[in-house]
Amino acid sequence: MALLEVRDLAVRFVRRGEPTVAAVDGVSFDVPAGRTVGLVGESGCGKSVTSLAVMGLLPRDGTEVSGSVVLDGTELLGLSRREWDRRRGSEMSMVFQDPLTSLNPVVPLGIQVSEVMERHRGMSRRVATREAESLLDRVGIPDPRRRLREYSHQLSGGMRQRALIAMALACRPRLLIADEPTTALDVTIQAQILSLLRELVAETGTALVLITHDLGVVAGMCDEVNVLYAGRIVECADRHALFAAPRHPYTAGLLESVPRLDTPRGQRLAPIAGSVEDNIPWSVGCAFSPRCASALPVCSERSPAVETVGPGRLLRCHNPLDTDVGNTESSHD
Amino acid sequence: MLRYTVRRLGQLVIVTLVLSLLLFAWLRALPGGPVSALLGERATERSRAELVEQLGLNQPLYVQYWRFLGRAVTGDFGVSTGVQPGTPALEVFLQRMPATIELSVLALTIAVLVGIPLGYVAGRRQGGWLDNLSITWSLLGVAVPVFFLAFLLKYVFAIELGLLPASGRQEAGTNATHATGFYVLDGLLTREWDAAWNALLHLLLPAAALSTIPFAVIFRITRASVLDVLEEDYVRTARAKGLGAAVIRTRHVLRNAMLPVVTTVGLQTGALLSGAVLTEQVFNIAGIGQALSLGFQRQDYAVLQVVIMATAMVYVLVNLVVDLAYAVIDPRLRTR
Repeated sequence: MALLEVRDLAVRFVRRGEPTVAAVDGVSFDVPAGRTVGLVGESGCGKSVTSLAVMGLLPRDGTEVSGSVVLDGTELLGLSRREWDRRRGSEMSMVFQDPLTSLNPVVPLGIQVSEVMERHRGMSRRVATREAESLLDRVGIPDPRRRLREYSHQLSGGMRQRALIAMALACRPRLLIADEPTTALDVTIQAQILSLLRELVAETGTALVLITHDLGVVAGMCDEVNVLYAGRIVECADRHALFAAPRHPYTAGLLESVPRLDTPRGQRLAPIAGSVEDNIPWSVGCAFSPRCASALPVCSERSPAVETVGPGRLLRCHNPLDTDVGNTESSHD
Repeated sequence: MLRYTVRRLGQLVIVTLVLSLLLFAWLRALPGGPVSALLGERATERSRAELVEQLGLNQPLYVQYWRFLGRAVTGDFGVSTGVQPGTPALEVFLQRMPATIELSVLALTIAVLVGIPLGYVAGRRQGGWLDNLSITWSLLGVAVPVFFLAFLLKYVFAIELGLLPASGRQEAGTNATHATGFYVLDGLLTREWDAAWNALLHLLLPAAALSTIPFAVIFRITRASVLDVLEEDYVRTARAKGLGAAVIRTRHVLRNAMLPVVTTVGLQTGALLSGAVLTEQVFNIAGIGQALSLGFQRQDYAVLQVVIMATAMVYVLVNLVVDLAYAVIDPRLRTR
């Protein structure tokens, strides 16, 4: 049994006077203890909504969540607010995209780190502050004692994200969800934050769900990758298998749109044609089919089902790419 | 921070000077004047001329202003000619100030103590019954003229129901020592509990009437601010940390939501002082609001000048204090 088991998770936004939006539609994935699983896709594909649903952080009004989220044998959906609060921050925690807005501007950093330990580990303010100092030190913040008294505007972007990681790991959670943890940061800082995450996850045995649109990040971090499109998982594979031979045309498109060092000079990047607005509903056919180069007539008529196409490999496509056609050269000469 | 304070105090001096000039010219441009107010329509030319001479009103305006400034620096703002004839204007102001401050402070306290919690709850439960009720209430508070509400409260609670006193600051004949002029405070200081209680009862109706507009503004700003803050990422972070509802409410939501409210409270001193003019009239309270309306009726230049300028200075000073308090709450302003 995996640490986190998500089954048929669906999130629908219901607004009075507006059509219901299915942001996440039947998503299932497992996160085994100590492993790193990626959720990949472009903006609006439902990856953040999935993570918020797992954390129970979606607003209660106007959202309908169904399916099942099991953490360590406990069904989370339907728990009371109190039960959620007992688990959030201790058994499971989350790091968000924008470190500046994710920190409270008027509360000293030390309190923001120590409050989570006071809450879940029953520490006094004094003990928790001492612990916070060593935590900040461990995530690589220099002069932690001084930083404890400072406010978020006095820190650099990288330090803010380090502080948020320190808060998230303060109670040694079994599951950490990182939602685009490096998107708001400079490229050089991105690499530092990623290696910090990798180290800490390895050290503490925490399972990591990494949400990103950046396949470079996925390649460096994830054991297993789930590719989301329009609220559904379209491909799931081991990282090596996915990068070696993407089967879904959308995955292949994502890979081709990433610049690589071994791409010949002067060759243009190949973006995926169209945008998310061209999607057709999954109830009609394959949502990606209007943008898909290998679409068949059946793609816009019948919704593809998930099939197991190999060990640990799932695919939702009527006309998948052959295992040996996935490399970029052939289609662009 | 010190430089900022000094600069703001410098602004205060400039504001006061410009205001004194405008006020001086404006009061003298009004028809009538202290002479006809003092002597009436049928005074002889001679007695008029004597009084004009005595008050210095025959001098050119700039000479009068210069003389006024020169005396004002020494604390001499002239003598009241209409409100309390013969009393120095500054003394008239100082005597009446405590009543107005007492009234305004109580009104503001009511507005803050009701407005902020209600604003928070309404923001938390946006669209709920309490939210809708409070919005309606606050709209009424702004829309109903203060003097009308004052009359209404007086009629219902004082005259019809007889629950609270209808006018004045304290029951005549109350055994009370007035050391500071703040009657409630006096009663507490001298342990004359009855006197303090009696003064407080006298304040309740006028303060309730006076508090409606500040309450409405504070409530609406708090509500809007809470709604904004609840959407902030750091509140989501706090929830992701599994913090208890009380910690999220006080440490993460209210503390940030209070920032715009603090500024608003300062600006409400203006509304309180202008509201006091009407409220003091209705409840017959001898405060500076009443001095202002009497001063206009009786063309008392000296009292009007002191009261209006002092009011303006209080307004500027209160807002300076509020801005400094803002920096205490918001660390981002401290280091700049």
